[in-house]
Order: sequence, then structure tokens, then C-alpha cells
Amino acid sequence: MKFAILVNEGPYTHQASDSAYQFAKAVLAKGHELYRVFFYHDGVNNASRLTVPPADDRHIVNRWSALAQEHGIDLVVCIAAAQRRGMLDENEMKRQGKDANNIAPGFRISGLGQLVEAGIQADRLVTFGD
Amino acid sequence: MTDELEMEEGGGVVKKFMFLNRKAPYGTIYALEGLEVVLISAAFDQDVCMAFVDDGVYQLMKNVDTTGIDMKNFSKTYRALEGYDIEKLYVEKESMEARGLTEDDFIVDVTVMSSAELAALMNEQDVVISH
Repeated sequence: MKFAILVNEGPYTHQASDSAYQFAKAVLAKGHELYRVFFYHDGVNNASRLTVPPADDRHIVNRWSALAQEHGIDLVVCIAAAQRRGMLDENEMKRQGKDANNIAPGFRISGLGQLVEAGIQADRLVTFGD
Repeated sequence: MTDELEMEEGGGVVKKFMFLNRKAPYGTIYALEGLEVVLISAAFDQDVCMAFVDDGVYQLMKNVDTTGIDMKNFSKTYRALEGYDIEKLYVEKESMEARGLTEDDFIVDVTVMSSAELAALMNEQDVVISH
């Protein structure tokens, strides 16, 4: 089966991104396809390369990046939600005239159309949030 | 952006999408950002409806004044949905009544249905996106 995942909450504050990650791992372990993980609302904060959790805690951002690298998973961060929360990739940094960018490897910034399209393409879109 | 969206369209596939709104319009950003997804979905020619339950019913209130909280008032966006061919708006009766509201309190025309009816409708959907 082809799955897509929507993550609506930020890391560490809320379990949604942990649950989404565990679900993604389970989807892949069972041999299903994971079409896309879309990050919306505070979920965009899952993509911050500047995240520094305590050494004895899980690294939520690096975990997503590793998942993208190992399995070629498409991790998409909503551009509008990202910009209002200070999340920029290199292109947006230049376009907005800012002096830094903070998107972790394996994530890409794109529009909300990618969420709707994931809903169309996937057999199941599973939402993690409040 | 329009060109990009058109290229991404579902290749003729039409699915039933329900956008489920459960949060009050102000206090958190869910309603505002949720509405942004709904508007984008209009570009994909899908069978879209919106449901309002719990505090989500407050999103449709008439005469909202946000000047005191320094927030942009986006009530008018619900009126604009019709222009995007998003005309199926469902309000859960139990949520509406529990908050002392009637259909006359809403800024747009809605279909009021019971929790059981809404559950049946939800079951018919291909995609439910909930905020």
C-alpha cells in the first residue's frame, strides 16, 4: 500500500512527530511505500538543522534526515508555514534577504499543493497532530 | 505557483476530500492555516467538503471583531469559498447546540447534521485532513 504522512506538530513539545516517525518506520518495515511526509503548522520545526537536543535524548531532526537518506523518502516542508516560523532554505534565504538558513538535509521546502497531491496519490494519508 | 500546481494535478483522479475543522478560529493557527490548504485544494479539481465540529463551529461565526487581539480577521475567507467551488460545508449539530448557536449565527450557508450522519459522511471520504 502507498502511504503519505502529515505531521502537524513540532518536535519535543508534542508526541505527534515521534509517532509519525515510528509509523513511517513501520510502513517501510512492512514493505509498503511511503510516498511523502508533509510537515505543516508547527510540524515545520521538525526540519531545523539547528536543533540541539541533550545528548541522551533522541535527535528527531537527524532521525528524519537519516530516513530520507536511507529510504529516499520525500520530506516536504510547507513554505508558507515555514516562513512565518523562521524556517528558510538557501534559496528562500537569498530571496528574502536573510542572513541564514536552517533546513536540515533530506528536507525540501515546497507548497501546500504537495500535501493535496500526496492525498491524491497515496492510498492512505495519515495525520499526526492534535 | 499556478503553473506548478497544474503540473502536479492528480492526472484526472478525483477523490473525496474532507477538511475537518475542530479548533476555534483564534487562539491557535490551525483554522487559518487549515483554510490555506482548502483554498489550494481547489486547484486540483477534487470533490472537496469542509466539516466543522467541536470549537471549529466558531470559525463560521458572524460579526467577529478581532481588533482587540491584533489578529487579522479572516472571516471573509469563508464567504469566498463559494468562488472556489467549495460549497459543501457541514456543521455538526451537537457541537453547534452545545455552544448555544444556531444556523443564523453563521456567516455562510451550511448543512447541519448529527454526529452519526457526519460520521457516515466521513466514512465515505477518500482523504480526511483534520486540523
